[in-house]
Amino acid sequence: MTDDLTRTTAAQLADGLADGTISSVEVTSAYLERIAAVDGAVHGYLHIDGEGALATARRIDERRAVGDRLHALAGVPIAVKDVMVTQGVPTTCGSRMLEGWIPPYDATVVSKLRAAGMPILGKTNMDEFAMGSSTEHSAYGPSRNPWDLERIPGGSGGGSSSVLASFQAPLATGTDTGGSIRQPAAVTATIGVKPTYGGVSRYGIVALASSLDQAGPCGRTVLDAALLHAVMGGHDPLDSTSIDAPMPPVVDAARAGDVRGLRIGIVKELAGEGYQPGIQARFDESVALLVELGAEVAEVSCPNFEYALAAYYLIMPSEASSNLARFDAMRYGLRVVPERVADPSAEQVMAATRDAGFGPEAKRRIILGTYALSSGYYDAYYGSAQKVRSLIARDFAAAFEQVDVLVSPTAPTTAFRLGDKLDDPMAMYRNDIATIPANLAGVPAMSLPSGLADEDGLPAGIQILAPAMRDERLYTVGAALERALIDTWGAPILSRAPELAKGA
Amino acid sequence: MSVTTHPGDVVMDYDEALSKFDPVLGLEVHVELGTDTKMFCACPTTFGAEPNSQVCPECLGLPGALPVVNAKGVESAIRIGLALGCEIAEWCRFARKNYFYPDMPKNFQTSQYDEPIAYGGRLDVELGDGAIYRVEIERAHMEEDTGKSLHVGGSTGRIHGAEYSLVDYNRAGIPLIEIVTKPMVGAGERAPEVAKAYVSALRDLLKALGVSDVKMEQGSMRCDANVSLRAKAGDDPRGAQQLAVPLGTRTETKNVNSLRSVERAVRYEIARHAAVLAAGGSVLQETRHWHEDTGVTTSGRVKSDAEDYRYFPEPDLVPVAPTRETVEALRATLPEPPTKRRQRLQRDWGYSDLEMRDVVNAGAVELIEETIAAGASPTAARKWWLGEPSRRANAEGQDIVTYAALLGLTPVDIAELDQMVVARRLNDSMARQVLDGVLDGEGRPTEVADARGLELVEDAGALEAAVDEVIEANPGIAAKIRDGKVAAVGALIGQVMKAMKGQADAGKARELILARLT
Repeated sequence: MTDDLTRTTAAQLADGLADGTISSVEVTSAYLERIAAVDGAVHGYLHIDGEGALATARRIDERRAVGDRLHALAGVPIAVKDVMVTQGVPTTCGSRMLEGWIPPYDATVVSKLRAAGMPILGKTNMDEFAMGSSTEHSAYGPSRNPWDLERIPGGSGGGSSSVLASFQAPLATGTDTGGSIRQPAAVTATIGVKPTYGGVSRYGIVALASSLDQAGPCGRTVLDAALLHAVMGGHDPLDSTSIDAPMPPVVDAARAGDVRGLRIGIVKELAGEGYQPGIQARFDESVALLVELGAEVAEVSCPNFEYALAAYYLIMPSEASSNLARFDAMRYGLRVVPERVADPSAEQVMAATRDAGFGPEAKRRIILGTYALSSGYYDAYYGSAQKVRSLIARDFAAAFEQVDVLVSPTAPTTAFRLGDKLDDPMAMYRNDIATIPANLAGVPAMSLPSGLADEDGLPAGIQILAPAMRDERLYTVGAALERALIDTWGAPILSRAPELAKGA
Repeated sequence: MSVTTHPGDVVMDYDEALSKFDPVLGLEVHVELGTDTKMFCACPTTFGAEPNSQVCPECLGLPGALPVVNAKGVESAIRIGLALGCEIAEWCRFARKNYFYPDMPKNFQTSQYDEPIAYGGRLDVELGDGAIYRVEIERAHMEEDTGKSLHVGGSTGRIHGAEYSLVDYNRAGIPLIEIVTKPMVGAGERAPEVAKAYVSALRDLLKALGVSDVKMEQGSMRCDANVSLRAKAGDDPRGAQQLAVPLGTRTETKNVNSLRSVERAVRYEIARHAAVLAAGGSVLQETRHWHEDTGVTTSGRVKSDAEDYRYFPEPDLVPVAPTRETVEALRATLPEPPTKRRQRLQRDWGYSDLEMRDVVNAGAVELIEETIAAGASPTAARKWWLGEPSRRANAEGQDIVTYAALLGLTPVDIAELDQMVVARRLNDSMARQVLDGVLDGEGRPTEVADARGLELVEDAGALEAAVDEVIEANPGIAAKIRDGKVAAVGALIGQVMKAMKGQADAGKARELILARLT
């Protein structure tokens, strides 16, 4: 274990806490100091709950002192994406619409973190209602990439990825509708996992697109992600789409990391045009390492992935337009009374509030979705998109008959500069091209760092995809590859990130 | 001839309307299920609780909350479908019906759209004269109720002109079943009567199923009536000539919340449409509001193609896929069909066809059944319910069940009244006075009898003395009886009763008089 507690992995912290060499108050305090020092520059957090985190840390230390049986991650702090409701702690989803709202209940995931005794450091920034790939659509300003503060940390979960990469938390939660866990992980050289749809409860997670949203773990190592995955996952009777089956053995798989004899498929369609050369090069090297480790590699074709982006941008906004309808000023959140209207009606207050409360990307998607669901267009748009969705699931099924896991680059490019794609929504959307198929089919996927691209020195990510309910395969491959890559690099990749000026 | 009944609305005389047009109806009935908890969360469903005391993140539509289907609600829906002779879907989904309204927490209603749980059934409805009309059922589907808005200030209690509105979300998420008929054709002039009989029969059926308390006055059963007219063709409303005429434009009348209103609202809309069409106008496709007090409908929202609910399958819920074994197990729990049940009850109670029809038409079958169960004889139960309570309910424009519920008159009261007659505490006219007292809210029958001092005099001496006095005072009549004109005894009995201030047993008086004079 290093002297700097914020540079230590969650697994090592858990060990240190368990054997009494460190206390949760020490760890939590170290992280709060780090946050105070660098988050001014990074802006990964929207809300910091130092008091709450320390209270949990003290309670865990006391319980440990009297010999209570505690969860493996008890006392290890965590950052929570602001899309998960937290009782008594503000939850904004990066939107003005929920500014000042204090939820009266906890998301199931948050309840599980609390039950495990994990101090919650704060709530992380995100694109408004998880709509975006850069956090530039947060109403509270973007988060910045610790590798280059002028660049995006990915999105929508750029708050979580940036706090991990800048050592402001050892673990974080994320949600992934089209890549919001994996693409931020890729551009910050951290780990992000989108579990099988239904593997982690969605109860209390403010919905973007219900049939695509999935919460998952974010960390700096594959094992850390697995440990958090095990806390977050499992059946929840409050979520009808939650899978009622035993959790895949993700921690065991991460500890073993043995890929000998495993069949790995390279998705032909997720390469080539549009993929940055440095990203492709790191991807190819990673595949070569896996072969060295004893895996078999084959190329597989998923011909319908071509239509994934188009289908996604019909299904996601359609569901979003309906999910976001509840933000109407009647019961909670922002309320704007229109000026120059005498005795405004409820409808006029709703309209004025939604006009003022939603940012441009949210409005764009609400309009898209409203249109796609309209009578007369439904079959052509939403209906066709659902058919494409079935075809993509069929592509995955066929591929998984040939191989055990699939791999691809996570995102086609490294982190772009803040502002670069803000005026070109299509360019922003295309950043999700490799991550979207997993959401459409409900299969699990992981992104882990594959190195730095030669042309810009910025992190590149590799994506691993597995069949539904076989999440452990992600960890098997991820752990093996991570170990081999660190051997090549000589140290974890984040050690190469620039030091952030304190108090910036 | 046209009669103006409301500013702006002209209606045609009903008989004249029916001589020119053929009415077609479509009824949509919403029933609140009597489940302990809401359709998609675990909140209780108790009626009349403190506003917003039965709510949670889900039924308030808080960010992040998710629905979970109430299994009992699905069971009830299947049982209703089966009782209506419907097919039960092997696989169906909920859908979101998207529109903005302050009393709808999520701004979409979780309902069913093109995949109802039950479809294609029928209900045979008996009319007042015993004729049977078959209502074809299009579908029965599951959905959730909305909250309730209370508009404060302004004169109308409507949203327009109100100073502010209060919303109670206790009702939001209560399970509803919507039962939709196919177009009801061929009823001709009896259309309003058929509509009422259908809603009544449906109410009986749902009550027998035990799935709802079906209280129209509390809104747990609500009816929307679609009415359209088409030109009359031929003399037979069921004839091929008539059926070939295309349907006219319909209006949907909402807020029709009593059996009597169903009949009146349909009748009104027929007369209103007829006037519009006869004047060469066209009926506007719109929602109409029924006003119980004035007996007219007024224009509500204009319904047009612009209203687009953007239905799509509810992604937060998994499909409902009842196994055939489940469906058959639920079929086995169905109660006796109401028509068969009526035949059985008529037999058990020994009523004539006419008597039974009177009971059915009065809507008093269940009341009488419960009264008999509480100890009254079938004859007494029928006599008392179809007497004063029925007369008063009619005068108030209410059905007997609603009226009795409003007054708090129960089957146990009637049985208690009957018991007092059987036990010779009251005679018939005294019992009538007691019933009046109960209906006037003076208390339970025994309390009323006590308070009014109504009690048959059991003191044989007093009665005998009265008989002796009356015989002595009426020597002429007494002589006639002695001469064998026994019919004259009535005059003496009347006088004895008068002397006893009504509190005597007329039968006993007769016995005593005859014993003395024959």
